[in-house]
Amino acid sequence: MAKTSMNDLRIPLRLGLIAGGISLGLSAIGMVALFGQRELVTNVLTLGEVILLAAPLLLAYMSARQAPEAKAISAILYGLITGIVAALPLVALIVAASTLDLRQFLPNVSPALIELLTFNQGVIAGSLILTGVFAATGVLAAIAYNLPDQIRSPLSSGLLWTLTIGLFSEILSNRLRAFFGSGINQILFDGKALNPFAALALFIVITVIAAFWGRRKETVQEQISSLPPARQRNLRLASIAAGVVLLLILPLILGTYLSEVINNVGIFALMGLGLNIVVGFAGLLDLGYVAFFAIGAYSMAVFTSNGSLGISDLTFWSALPFCVAISAFFGLMLGLPVLRMRGDYLAIVTLGFGEIIRILALSDMLKPVIGGAQGILQIPKPPFFGTSLVQPEQLYYVILAGCLLAAFVSWRLSESRLGRQWMAMREDEDVAEAMGITLVSTKLLAFSIGAAFSGLSGAIFASKLTSIFPHSFNLLISINVLSLIIVGGMGSLPGVVVGALILVGLPELLREFAEYRLLMYGALLIVMMLMKPEGFWPSAVRRRELRSDEDDFTEAGALANEAGD
Amino acid sequence: MAMLEVHDVHAYYGNIHALKGISITVEEGEIVTLIGANGAGKSTTLKTISGLLKPRQGHVHLNGEDLAPFSAHEVVYKGVSMVPEGRGVFSRLTVSENLDMGAFHRSDRGGISADMERVFDLFPRLEERRTQVAGTLSGGEQQMLATARALMARPSLLLMDEPSMGLAPVLVESVFDTIVDINKEGTTVLLVEQNAHMALQIASRGYVLQTGEIVLKDSAEGLRENPTVQKAYLGID
Ligand SMILES: Nc1ncnc2c1ncn2[C@@H]1O[C@H](COP(=O)(O)OP(=O)(O)OP(=O)(O)O)[C@@H](O)[C@H]1O
Ligand SMILES: [Mg+2]
Repeated sequence: MAKTSMNDLRIPLRLGLIAGGISLGLSAIGMVALFGQRELVTNVLTLGEVILLAAPLLLAYMSARQAPEAKAISAILYGLITGIVAALPLVALIVAASTLDLRQFLPNVSPALIELLTFNQGVIAGSLILTGVFAATGVLAAIAYNLPDQIRSPLSSGLLWTLTIGLFSEILSNRLRAFFGSGINQILFDGKALNPFAALALFIVITVIAAFWGRRKETVQEQISSLPPARQRNLRLASIAAGVVLLLILPLILGTYLSEVINNVGIFALMGLGLNIVVGFAGLLDLGYVAFFAIGAYSMAVFTSNGSLGISDLTFWSALPFCVAISAFFGLMLGLPVLRMRGDYLAIVTLGFGEIIRILALSDMLKPVIGGAQGILQIPKPPFFGTSLVQPEQLYYVILAGCLLAAFVSWRLSESRLGRQWMAMREDEDVAEAMGITLVSTKLLAFSIGAAFSGLSGAIFASKLTSIFPHSFNLLISINVLSLIIVGGMGSLPGVVVGALILVGLPELLREFAEYRLLMYGALLIVMMLMKPEGFWPSAVRRRELRSDEDDFTEAGALANEAGD
Repeated sequence: MAMLEVHDVHAYYGNIHALKGISITVEEGEIVTLIGANGAGKSTTLKTISGLLKPRQGHVHLNGEDLAPFSAHEVVYKGVSMVPEGRGVFSRLTVSENLDMGAFHRSDRGGISADMERVFDLFPRLEERRTQVAGTLSGGEQQMLATARALMARPSLLLMDEPSMGLAPVLVESVFDTIVDINKEGTTVLLVEQNAHMALQIASRGYVLQTGEIVLKDSAEGLRENPTVQKAYLGID
């Protein structure tokens, strides 16, 4: 009997060590210290503390879930052990840092980090406090596990929303001031973080709202679905109209800085829509997709630049169709040599193609035409009835129009005969051919339509930046676009937008942490592949593919959401 | 003139000489079977007929027309449709989407939905499972789906590659009954089979293939009585 319970304790010990390892790693690479500079709630909580405690919280929750018997007390014991064990690697770090010069090989173990970990209380007291905090976190996670779902999920929404609001305090307070003056702003925020009382109030309000909505949601949904079809259609039309109005007035709400962020999201979403056709619809893995973005951008630059490299007087609008057509043509040209390739080989060849275009742009050979490393300058912004669209708030509408057009074309194509050809080809090329599908034209159309969207995006990009350089078109952009359609959900149009918001919008808002951007990318992709491989907003086909183990997925999905926020 | 005439065909996979001068004829309205051991080249023969593999020497004529210039998807338009080996259904698409794909090259909506009804009459199991994802069908159901999908192309010549593979004996019988039904409705069938016993019961003639060569051809009855065939393919000593 005693022996089995010893065996059982391996679970919290193991999960605790994993959590401790994660927290230790995040500390040792400097994330905790850097993020510690960003306060969420003034004098109470920093982002550094949140990421330090995230792993113990999640893993203690998992450990409580595996506790034997349905007794609350054993779950709490498991949570407690997980929390305490998770603190041990950090305590070791604190002790080691106080006796050795760790910075020689761990340059990020700075005095600031140790201060943060010990709450400025010295080695012994600090280690004890840290262990206590981790233990409390573990117990809290276990208690949360024992709460009924109707209570736990509003509480966790309240917590996540409050933390998110705290994280974006600066931007939010900025917008609040613009609309409501400084009154309400001062109540909620002090400086760059949430006021502690406001944070508490927000937490309570959001939790109550979430609890209320959680209970009413199903009845509301039932009421809607029991409405007569005509009313339902009206309701749907009304919500679409509301969405359109929101999209139209968005820059007014967002202001200059956030409009710029949204514009970048839009540029990538537009590329994502194009790559979604190639990879998501047609199943052709293209890693050199940035090439068409570059071609679109350089075409726009050469056609419209007022500098020495400009070759024509075309305006943005009259050059745009040419840019798109040129990119589509290059899409076709890339398609021809790779017609017979599949999978990995296709990926490698397209990767090479992307590099070739970038190196050509850098080359001396083409320098007289496209400026080599100096790039092309003095590209005018899009003109508009006598004025020109200079502000991000104005450019927003150009990008929005591009995205809506691309989304509409993608949607129509996916329902069309060509869409079905792509689908069949993606599933099985041989069988598709045996069904009478012409692989050659099907592939070439996918490549060139995808390239056209990317070229459109590039052309807008060039005009938005007013100058372009070869280094803006590196491999990382291709990877970025591919990642955003994977994160959003392969083959799904709303997924592209969600993916762009997560992978382009978030990093823009968290610019101070840019050095960890790729690391977080990688972590996010791994977590996605493990927990939610179909993406955040999967298309019907992908969802269906994974539906057989639906129960597992909703659970893992909830976890991934917690981890993602 | 024979409907299908395969004359002295040589086909290669790289350096592997898979077919070494094969000649087969199929008359309109017939069921002809091609039997042989694993790796004899049966699937390869069907691939060269359907255009997925081009013969390096020899020719394939359909109703007197040389198929050499046509690629696989064009051969479909000429009325040849194949049920691939190992079923080859689109496993992530639903049953009805798979059937739609079968009628891909047709544009007569009325005819397509009539044919959809017809294949559902032949395979009532599929009708119950219209919206099920093909990958989750049982092996036998996938076989039915592959056959139904090939019929949706409304072929004049149906090439079937081992339709009985992996099926329970009861199902094998019903698959063969269906082949006879399809044939009675006017479709010519070239049937590749390991199950020589069943194949020789429904076919009118047969060919025996061995390491890329035709070693025997005869009426089905003749082959059933043939001592070599009995020994090697029917398991009769
Ligand atoms: N794609 C390929 N590449 C190389 N060799 C191949 C390929 N496909 C088939 N072969 C070879 O060609 C020969 C004939 O193969 P085929 O598939 O036609 O046999 P089969 O008669 O259909 O056999 P089975 O009854 O096992 O399906 C075999 O030796 C096989 O290994
Ligand atoms: Mg075979």
